[in-house]
Amino acid sequence: MSGGARTQVGQLARRSVLRTLRQPAQIAPALVFPLFLLAVNTGGLKDATNLPGFPTDSYLTFALAVPFMQGALFSVMNSGTDLARDIETGFLNRLALTPLRGAALLSGLLAGSVVLGLIQAATYLAVGLIAGADLAAGAGGALVIVALSVTITVAFGTIGLFAALRTGSGEAVQGLFPLFFVVLFLSSMALPLDLLQTEWFHDIAAANPVSYLLGAFRSLLIEGWELDELALGFGIALAILAIGMVAASSALRTRLVRT
Amino acid sequence: MTETSERQGIEVEGLVREFKNGPRAVDGIDLRVAPGEIYGFLGPNGAGKSTTVLMLTTLLPPTAGTARVAGFDIASEGPRVRASIGAALQEAALDPLLSGAEHMRLQTALHGLGKAERRRRGAELLERVGLADAAGRRVGGYSGGMRRRLDLALALAHRPRILFLDEPTTGLDIQSRTALWEEVARLAAEDGVTVFLTTQYLEEADALADRVGIIDHGKLVAEGTPAALKAEIGRPTVEAVPRDPADQGRTRDVLARFGEPAGAAPKGAAVRLAGGESELAEVVRALDGEGIAIERLQLHAPSLDDVFLAKTGRSLEGAGEATEAAEPVEAT
Repeated sequence: MSGGARTQVGQLARRSVLRTLRQPAQIAPALVFPLFLLAVNTGGLKDATNLPGFPTDSYLTFALAVPFMQGALFSVMNSGTDLARDIETGFLNRLALTPLRGAALLSGLLAGSVVLGLIQAATYLAVGLIAGADLAAGAGGALVIVALSVTITVAFGTIGLFAALRTGSGEAVQGLFPLFFVVLFLSSMALPLDLLQTEWFHDIAAANPVSYLLGAFRSLLIEGWELDELALGFGIALAILAIGMVAASSALRTRLVRT
Repeated sequence: MTETSERQGIEVEGLVREFKNGPRAVDGIDLRVAPGEIYGFLGPNGAGKSTTVLMLTTLLPPTAGTARVAGFDIASEGPRVRASIGAALQEAALDPLLSGAEHMRLQTALHGLGKAERRRRGAELLERVGLADAAGRRVGGYSGGMRRRLDLALALAHRPRILFLDEPTTGLDIQSRTALWEEVARLAAEDGVTVFLTTQYLEEADALADRVGIIDHGKLVAEGTPAALKAEIGRPTVEAVPRDPADQGRTRDVLARFGEPAGAAPKGAAVRLAGGESELAEVVRALDGEGIAIERLQLHAPSLDDVFLAKTGRSLEGAGEATEAAEPVEAT
């Protein structure tokens, strides 16, 4: 990366981080809502641990993987609505009149997602462990969980950027939230894949990449170091990131029709 | 900046922009703006002003025609055009969560200024537009005038030779508007910056522009210096409002002796004085002779609105202070 590009990414990243930190109303729901659902699910579904084959006797440990995914969904909303606002207000045109590179813009915008992802992951993990969840992979596993969470947050953030660039509307981006929530529910969110008895639900959950992202978190929380599951989780996250970046870059070229 | 770009202004030939399923927003415009000139692009809402600016600033490709800005082709040399221009587009596009200083830092960095130069240039521009004291405050708390001034400062970050201002004073109070005019005039006079300014305000075009282009329905309908355009229309207008509304018809008849009807005068009558403003005294005498008590009599020097009216057959609606040089005359 050239010096000019580094400066561009750095300055846009700085803006993105400042914007994130200066909007407590954006951070608070991303922290509170997933933890609230964690508490509700753990209380309501704890007897699921009695099912034969359930991988742990702590439903809290099993369910702790879910907030990381829900937090990533907030990243879609936050990165998308921030960019949509830039389009709506004309700020993107201001940027387009500079020698800004498209890749620098997208990378810089995702810096806010990185910060939000770090705050979210550290908070979810700390609250989960304080509440009594296990962490079979130990301190090193905690770092990998944070790294995986940030990767997923950024990957989902690219989907938010793509949606914003395609629609140019903050409302349209927010309209994605229920859709993503449905995708999350149609996964191994509440029960392990092999315990899902309803065939159609099992098939959908087995085809849903979210199940394997959850599986990577759970491997570290419940089993320890399961490299296959970790590789699958990181692989899927990086694939979403790559596809999201390509799609967002293409949408950016369409949006910025500068000559 | 190349020698060429410093020498060149703006040259536009047959510029067209069509949108899907819509009329031509810009329909074959030809114009030239000389280096260091302030060119006022005047027209009502939807006339094609902003679309023209978007094309000239390379943010929207033209459907047909050519344009060179600072000596570079807008269609094939976009990056070189952008390096030569600054633009403050419609509605100050600022981030309410960032301070004025943070905006300057971002803008100067994206334009490739070095660290020391960024700090120096940012402070200099904020000082110039009177925002040095507010530099650390978030833009969300700025007034409309402050936002516009910051917008102007950002447009100047990389020392452009050509500046595009798209309705820079819309929504501003008179004081903020005047301050911005002074700064724009200073930029052209002292720094030799070429300014392409779109506006709905006749007063703004008249006060600032060396030359004015009037656009309507995507076509340039008139072009010249404000004085020349008004001289083309020539004759002043007199408007008389009778004290008794029943006398409106008689007032109209009296005024008709002095020229052709001009514009709407719902409570009285208005004519374009065939013999110029020297006929005003005779108008007063004629009304007095008919025993018509007059509540208000006004002489309007030809305005750019009159030019617009003459060229398009209608008044420039919503253009703010449309009347100019109105000279109230004592009622008879």
